[in-house]
Amino acid sequence: MAPRKTASTSSRKTTAKPARNDSIGSNSLTFTKEEELHAYREMLMIRRFEEKAGQLYGMGVIGGFCHLYIGQEAVVVGMQMAQKDGDQVITSYRDHGHMIALGMSARGVMAELTGRRGGLSKGKGGSMHMFSKEKGFYGGHGIVGGQVSLGTGLAFANKYRGNDQVSVTYFGDGAANQGQVYESFNMAALWKLPVVYIIENNRYAMGTSTVRSTAQSNFSKRGEGFGIPGVQVDGMDVRAVKAAADEAIAHCRAGKGPYILEMLTYRYRGHSMSDPAKYRSKDEVQKMRSEHDPLEQVKARLLEQGWASEDDLKQIDKDVRDIVADSAEFAQNDAEPDVSELYTDILL
Amino acid sequence: MPVDILMPALSPTMEEGTLSKWIKNEGDTVKSGDVIAEIETDKATMEVEAVDEGVIGKIVVPAGSEGVKVNSVIAVLLQDGESADAMSAPKAADKPEAAAPKVEEAEKPTEQGSASAPVPAAPKTEVAADPDVPEGTEMVSMTVREALRDAMAEEMRRDGDVFIMGEEVAEYQGAYKITQGLLQEFGDKRVIDTPITEHGFTGIGVGAAMSGLKPIVEFMTFNFAMQAIDHIVNSAAKTLYMSGGQMGAPIVFRGPSGAAARVGAQHSQCYAAWYSHIPGLKVVMPYTAADAKGLLKAAIRDPNPVIFLENEILYGHSFEVPKLDDFVLPIGKARIHRQGKDVTLVSFGIGMTYAVKAVAELEKQGIDVELIDLRTIRPMDLPTVIESVKKTGRLVTVEEGFPQSSVGDYIANRIQREAFDYLDAPVVTIAGKDVPMPYAANLEKLALPNVGEVVEAVKAVCYK
Repeated sequence: MAPRKTASTSSRKTTAKPARNDSIGSNSLTFTKEEELHAYREMLMIRRFEEKAGQLYGMGVIGGFCHLYIGQEAVVVGMQMAQKDGDQVITSYRDHGHMIALGMSARGVMAELTGRRGGLSKGKGGSMHMFSKEKGFYGGHGIVGGQVSLGTGLAFANKYRGNDQVSVTYFGDGAANQGQVYESFNMAALWKLPVVYIIENNRYAMGTSTVRSTAQSNFSKRGEGFGIPGVQVDGMDVRAVKAAADEAIAHCRAGKGPYILEMLTYRYRGHSMSDPAKYRSKDEVQKMRSEHDPLEQVKARLLEQGWASEDDLKQIDKDVRDIVADSAEFAQNDAEPDVSELYTDILL
Repeated sequence: MPVDILMPALSPTMEEGTLSKWIKNEGDTVKSGDVIAEIETDKATMEVEAVDEGVIGKIVVPAGSEGVKVNSVIAVLLQDGESADAMSAPKAADKPEAAAPKVEEAEKPTEQGSASAPVPAAPKTEVAADPDVPEGTEMVSMTVREALRDAMAEEMRRDGDVFIMGEEVAEYQGAYKITQGLLQEFGDKRVIDTPITEHGFTGIGVGAAMSGLKPIVEFMTFNFAMQAIDHIVNSAAKTLYMSGGQMGAPIVFRGPSGAAARVGAQHSQCYAAWYSHIPGLKVVMPYTAADAKGLLKAAIRDPNPVIFLENEILYGHSFEVPKLDDFVLPIGKARIHRQGKDVTLVSFGIGMTYAVKAVAELEKQGIDVELIDLRTIRPMDLPTVIESVKKTGRLVTVEEGFPQSSVGDYIANRIQREAFDYLDAPVVTIAGKDVPMPYAANLEKLALPNVGEVVEAVKAVCYK
């Protein structure tokens, strides 16, 4: 399989890969110092959090399924930088990164992973099912593709209420083959619903590569039949993600209907913790890590621009590690839910 | 030979209709395909086309006639060269050969073997005074269809967050006319025609509910909701629990469930037992128009996802409904339809039609039945059933759904655990037969419960 990415860390050219003649994101690939530092810290937070989660899973402290977001950090962080308060976010079971990016507490997420009472769902949801009304996070869904219709419904509610909020609905290349995705596309386009569909194309639906699972692997074109604009974006470059997100969200906020962003990205780890990932070569993974890593790209720019020193970056890393260590500590020592919680929150 | 033009059956459940208008008059020449009249069915106004060519010799049923039975002669067509004299005058009403299969269909809910009863007539049941209706309340007769419509209209007037979406709910006025007039009153923002896309629009409805709106999702039939059951169960029912109580889905899923008439296996299935299995759902299945109205209003106000199972045959049945400004009934409360002392009979939804007739028959035979209409399947009002069984010592349940893991099976299990010492006979559960619904009229009739079975079961548990 030929690499799909066009940008490299040293490239200054357009990293958002346009579908057809669109040129989204090509004009504003520069970040300010503050934006670079923000993106770096946020992405690092997700990476360190996920590394810790993987470690705790290995220790048997986290059970069940655990899907890590390592490698894909630029997608959610870039999107988040373009959103505003009130916008809704909904995604699949690979949801830890989204919650961290939304500012949901690391303790709350980690304690949910360990099934403790201090978890965001009181320990009753688990890795795949967390929510935050306060932050506008609507899950956390374990049925592949289910969140696409639900996210379209969030957009429906925005339109019904006449506000200018946008539903930011994430799903993967695997979910993109589900029927309800197209049912949703149809209605979103028909009713001009404010929803950005973000297809996180990490190339593998569990163990099945896009080449083996679809006749149209350019997922940005999946809305063409409904007249939904779509572009491919270098999902490893947080600036490209932010630029594309700005345009897509503006399109939605202006009442022009849905928008598709195909994020070309890559997950370094297996589908879940129990996946040995034998369907791809170590070289492939190593090549992505060494040439396209989203954090390394920002780090290199920060150093190159003189916006941060190695020491500054070490300090950021230490701060982040402290937060993650604290969350892990909390998540292991917090009590399990009271047994009375078994029968609560079933009906209101 | 002059040709009789018969009142056509224009829907699976139509038994009679209104001949609203003649387009052709006596003496007019008609060709096959010409529209000759308009008929108002239980679902819609339909045009009647001529099948044969000829001249309208006589209009037997004048325009504006209501309650015209399917298969009765509405006009006589003269064919080439025939004169009006060829018509043998009063051959109207009874035409047994042609009418036979229709009569049988119409009479589906009646006891097997009583094929002689010519007019099935929707049972106009006297509802035992509901404890929730103040004494002296004026009652008005209304169909289940009208009651459902009124319930939605009232709740939509009351709360701007309530809207209805589904196939043909708006411009078509509802596939079964349940949403008639809602588009005109509330506009297309709140009465929304969806494409044929159950999985998708159900997910959209649940998503809207998660953000705080209160959707009513109409399924043209619950059979089609099978495409959407993932969102009903995985998204709507479980979110409150999975979010640790942070957010749920205040949504109503409603539409007809169960067998209609002669619509075959894929359109004839009761979903009461299916959804009653799921924690996080409420499941309501009313029988009377009053319960349909009061419980649908309650369902729309309920902060939880509610499955509201209607029945196509019951839509046209009339009942007394209390005339109150805001008639809301409690979900989760059974209604004692008739008090009795010898045996407890529990049913719900269209199952009640068999039960009501059986009770009348058993009364003649000297058996005094206490009939309980569950109204809500989940949460189930078991205390009312248990109290009744403690009094009578005997229990029979009736439903149309499949027998294995039926609602009746669940009740029987709970009763043997919680009122075992009070039982004087084994509990008998009557359900549909363990077969996909056949199309043939005789087989369909056999596949459904019947009054005779209920009568026999009650007698059996009474050892009579």
